[in-house]
Amino acid sequence: MPDDALLRLEGVSKSFGGLKVVDDVGFALPRGGRLGLIGPNGAGKTTVFNLISGVYPLDAGSITLDGQAIGALPPRARVLAGLARSFQNIRLMPHLSAVENVMLGQHARAAGLGALLTPIGWMPRGRWRRDAEALLAEAGLDIDPGEVVSALPYGIRKKIEVVRALASQPKVLLLDEPAAGLNPAETAELARFLREVAARGTALLVVEHDMGFVNEVCESVVVLNFGRRIFAGSMAGARGDALVREAYLGAEEIAADAA
Amino acid sequence: MSGYWAGILAILAINIIFAYGIFVTAAAGQLNLGGAGFMAIGAYAAAVLGEQLGWSPALTIPAAVTITGLIGIAIAFPVLRTRGVYMVLATFAFAQVVTGVILTQPVLGGAMGMVVPDYVDLPVLIGAAIATVVLVFFLMATRLGLAMRALHDDELVSTLMGVPARAVQVASFALGAGLAGLAGGLYAHHFSFVEAQYFSALLSIYVLLFVLIGGTQTAWGPLVGATFFTLVPELLRIGGSWRYVVFGVIIVAMMMFRPEGIVTRTLLARLFGRRRRVADAG
Repeated sequence: MPDDALLRLEGVSKSFGGLKVVDDVGFALPRGGRLGLIGPNGAGKTTVFNLISGVYPLDAGSITLDGQAIGALPPRARVLAGLARSFQNIRLMPHLSAVENVMLGQHARAAGLGALLTPIGWMPRGRWRRDAEALLAEAGLDIDPGEVVSALPYGIRKKIEVVRALASQPKVLLLDEPAAGLNPAETAELARFLREVAARGTALLVVEHDMGFVNEVCESVVVLNFGRRIFAGSMAGARGDALVREAYLGAEEIAADAA
Repeated sequence: MSGYWAGILAILAINIIFAYGIFVTAAAGQLNLGGAGFMAIGAYAAAVLGEQLGWSPALTIPAAVTITGLIGIAIAFPVLRTRGVYMVLATFAFAQVVTGVILTQPVLGGAMGMVVPDYVDLPVLIGAAIATVVLVFFLMATRLGLAMRALHDDELVSTLMGVPARAVQVASFALGAGLAGLAGGLYAHHFSFVEAQYFSALLSIYVLLFVLIGGTQTAWGPLVGATFFTLVPELLRIGGSWRYVVFGVIIVAMMMFRPEGIVTRTLLARLFGRRRRVADAG
């Protein structure tokens, strides 16, 4: 069959010691698609992200990005192939300013010694800085781009991380709990922004606990439990699936749904 | 200018170059406690090339920088496998090996030291210090400088942003070694004499202190740190032998009240009115 998937995982497995954290997981993310990766705590969602981005080597299976096998490539090569990600706990560079963090995200696009030795810090009207500031503004971040990020509020930092990942102009954006810790207004605004990003052609793979947010952003979901894929399909389908209800949503949610 | 102040200015210029050598490495998140070893290599390279081959300082000093830089690259690979305090110890041990080798080699004068031909005068030292400051300020403003500062904060995430971590670390280590070599070459030709004892562990510790107390976040740090550390002990001379006590207390106080160094980004933002600029822009 012709591979219309942009990102495809097949038979991906990973163990730590004797514990199988990710067990034979496979799914496909279509071009411009918006896929949620959900499951209870410890289901292996973040590990899947770490396997895709190359933090850990695969034990078994394959990962293909736009027809290219990336499963054995070093992390940097995967970024160059079009992958970008955010992190569950904010991992901005605390000593860099907002715009510098975003310019760091551009690194994959700045190949060669010439680009490395361009003084991006001194040229307020330079292409890289202008790009980065425009991206911050597009994301609705009304901040001083020169502010050191450790001084900024949580919700803003969370969003800068998404912007930083977008700065590489990735084909696939992996977001690890982008809405965690945001207030309802910020969450709604982030969902709107991410739909816009997807509409411009970036495929999204989102790990998130806020089901309302997943419903807003994603077209379909993959559900993991104890490292295994137990469901793939629509959000509504997941809500109706007995295995998912049992493993993931739990008694409380089922009761809430019934109400 | 009196000879006393000329001597202090010469040491200040050399210390500034040396401090930037340690700074470019520290800015990328690596602590080099072997600074004196690299400076010694530069000094002895200049001395030997001047004495044995009759090269002029115009050749010996660039050669000293090149040789130290290349040794820096060679050392960087094993050293960068270590982390944190182990890296500090590895670089420290390297410097001990360097002085050990110098002391045992008759061609290097052993413990007697070496007389260095061709005197290099103070203006050259000051010119070299200014050039170093400009070079490092430029470097820190480039994308390479940004990658270095990112590595300082988070190596894994930098890699996941596409930064070639190992290459950038080796480059910053080697560049730092080269600058220490430059300081060494200038030292040799200005003081016309080198001896292994000068390049002691204490010198490595002092220059790392210049950098850490000056601050590693911006390129201002080593300039402030080296100046502070070179001038304050001189100013404290009035206090007689108490000056060491006072100086020690100042260091401890600095570490307590400015743990990230004297010059930090927030300090610069406060001094140079970051907010006003925003008001203008928006």
